[in-house]
Amino acid sequence: MAVQALDAARLPVDWAKLVQKLALATALFVVAYGVVPAYASGYLVEAILLPFLALSLAAVGLNLLTGYCGQLSLGSSAFMAVGAFGAYNFNLRVEGLPLAVTMILAGISAAGFGVVFGLPSLRLRGFYLAVSTLAAQFFGQWALTKFGWFSNDNPSGVISAPHLAVAGLSLDSATGRYLLSVTTVMVLTALVWRLVNSATGRNFIAVRDNETAARVIGVPVLRTKLLAFAISSFIIGIAGVLWAFTYLRTVEPAGFNLDRSFQILFIIIIGGLASIRGAFLGAAFIVVLPLFLSRLGAFLFGGLFDSGVLDMSQRIVLGALIIIFLIAEPSGLSALFDRLKRRIGSRSS
Amino acid sequence: MIGASLGAAAYERASEISAILAVANPVGDRRLARLSSRPDVVLALSGIGISFGGVKALSDVDLEVEVGEIRAVIGPNGAGKSSLINIISGLYHADRGRIAIGGQSFSRVPASRLARLGVARTFQNLALFGGLSVRNNIACGRVHTRRASFVEHIAGLPRARSEDAGIAEKTDQIVAFLHLESVADRLVATLPYGLQKRVELARALVAEPKLLLLDEPMAGLTATEKAEMAGFVRAARDRHGVTIILIEHDIGVVMGLSDRVAVLDYGRKIADGTPAEVRADPAVIRAYIGTAEGENGEDIR
Ligand SMILES: Nc1ncnc2c1ncn2[C@@H]1O[C@H](COP(=O)(O)OP(=O)(O)O)[C@@H](O)[C@H]1O
Ligand SMILES: [Mg+2]
Repeated sequence: MAVQALDAARLPVDWAKLVQKLALATALFVVAYGVVPAYASGYLVEAILLPFLALSLAAVGLNLLTGYCGQLSLGSSAFMAVGAFGAYNFNLRVEGLPLAVTMILAGISAAGFGVVFGLPSLRLRGFYLAVSTLAAQFFGQWALTKFGWFSNDNPSGVISAPHLAVAGLSLDSATGRYLLSVTTVMVLTALVWRLVNSATGRNFIAVRDNETAARVIGVPVLRTKLLAFAISSFIIGIAGVLWAFTYLRTVEPAGFNLDRSFQILFIIIIGGLASIRGAFLGAAFIVVLPLFLSRLGAFLFGGLFDSGVLDMSQRIVLGALIIIFLIAEPSGLSALFDRLKRRIGSRSS
Repeated sequence: MIGASLGAAAYERASEISAILAVANPVGDRRLARLSSRPDVVLALSGIGISFGGVKALSDVDLEVEVGEIRAVIGPNGAGKSSLINIISGLYHADRGRIAIGGQSFSRVPASRLARLGVARTFQNLALFGGLSVRNNIACGRVHTRRASFVEHIAGLPRARSEDAGIAEKTDQIVAFLHLESVADRLVATLPYGLQKRVELARALVAEPKLLLLDEPMAGLTATEKAEMAGFVRAARDRHGVTIILIEHDIGVVMGLSDRVAVLDYGRKIADGTPAEVRADPAVIRAYIGTAEGENGEDIR
């Protein structure tokens, strides 16, 4: 009886939420598949949306590992590299492999690589684990440069994106690459969303919040950590494919250096740990920041503000922001966003 | 709703345990063999010793716990009570001695199999999952019964869904039992201390353990909260038939609640018996007067 009464009391709220969610989802689809392809300029797609989508997906992947499961990693860039070079080789060496299969195989390669370099997490924690994931970073770059096979014997290890097509439809145009990217990101994000709200996702959080308690109640701690590494690396690997195939089009191993790993870590810190929305907010911020700074710099200082100064000012601003966020708002932009929404909500009512 | 017939539940547990014991393989220590082959003994410790650096936290401790009893282990701070629970739950490994749980004998209890051995516990310092809601914290207590893989969860396949439904139902029952309805959907970290302690009890109870280890469940609670918690502990035994080891620092709290009391002091068991026997024991009186305790056994804080 009491339970039914409670459910009845909860229902209207749920309906309102459902309607709101449906409206949001519809708007998202209309923008992603209607407005952007029809109206977005080539510059917007190539310089902003494509890197934003790839970095968002990488951040979603890292957030799964670091934000939800509490395993600090500096290997993201290496997992992206494995994905990118994996996809390049699967595509090159297996005749007629569909693009989707290529991407999944690339993701699986990255997952395998991630599990191997996640093994230290069974013994190490926090800072020490982060340092050990650097091994993935250095090993990955070393192997990709050392063995010409990975880049089909290109003298400088550079790979170029192959012709992209799904079911005979060419996706090589900016719009085509955007559609490939946005679809991949939406599908994988939806799967991650389901995962983090499932019992497996709760195991991740349990391991993060109290490993001892998790073990005692029967969470398979070791398996859970390795699973987090596997799924996270799978997603980051596919983000690497998007980075290489849809955004840059030609990449070398050095493009996947430690800076990129830090960039993805900064995205989830600024956006908000353990928040999928935070990964997108953080990525948007990181992509837009240099553009904003260069406009601002040019406006204020004119010709004095060259690319060297831009780079430096970007690092300074980013560093300061990381410190501010870590101290003042550890839950990142995502929490700020919530607070803003609540304030607007309370004012309008 | 739950434990409708407590007698039957206790009987069922008892016969389940004796069934396990019938195939038991007591190893080593003969005394342990005798104890663990008794169907009414859920847990038997023999000759347990552990030291940290030079500190002997426990030496030569024996303890047996019978089905359905509330067994208190008391003693001053640093007496070794938490170490004892940590050894039973496999978080510490004893230097000496053996532990028999439900007829299976160990020198090191495998912590990762603890839940499946039918043992659940709470921690002296809260060990909740701060990023999960109260309900999800409690639901985690049944994680050892889950079989569905992450793929089944993502795809929402029948096995994952039925597991979720079964666990949600059990969680709701415990939430109602411990009067946590009004906070069930709140983030556990936002709850006051007393309620967090209760959530930890809930997470342990939802596992439907045979043996429940409570490490100072009343520490830091107000007098009212202490009385409430004592009520829940007793109800857990009476309605769910669970056997309980209750660690307490405070001798006064346990006297009315427990069937038998063991007293630790400097890592040794100095007394063991009914509350009345223990209270009259000269060694216990000496130990408690030796520490900063009030005359009625209450802490002076
Ligand atoms: N992990 C540990 N490392 C070092 N010393 C410990 C550890 N756990 C317990 N001890 C020591 O063992 C003794 C008993 O501690 P404990 O079991 O926590 O006592 P109680 O729970 O009765 O207060 C204390 O001297 C304590 O310092
Ligand atoms: Mg203690």
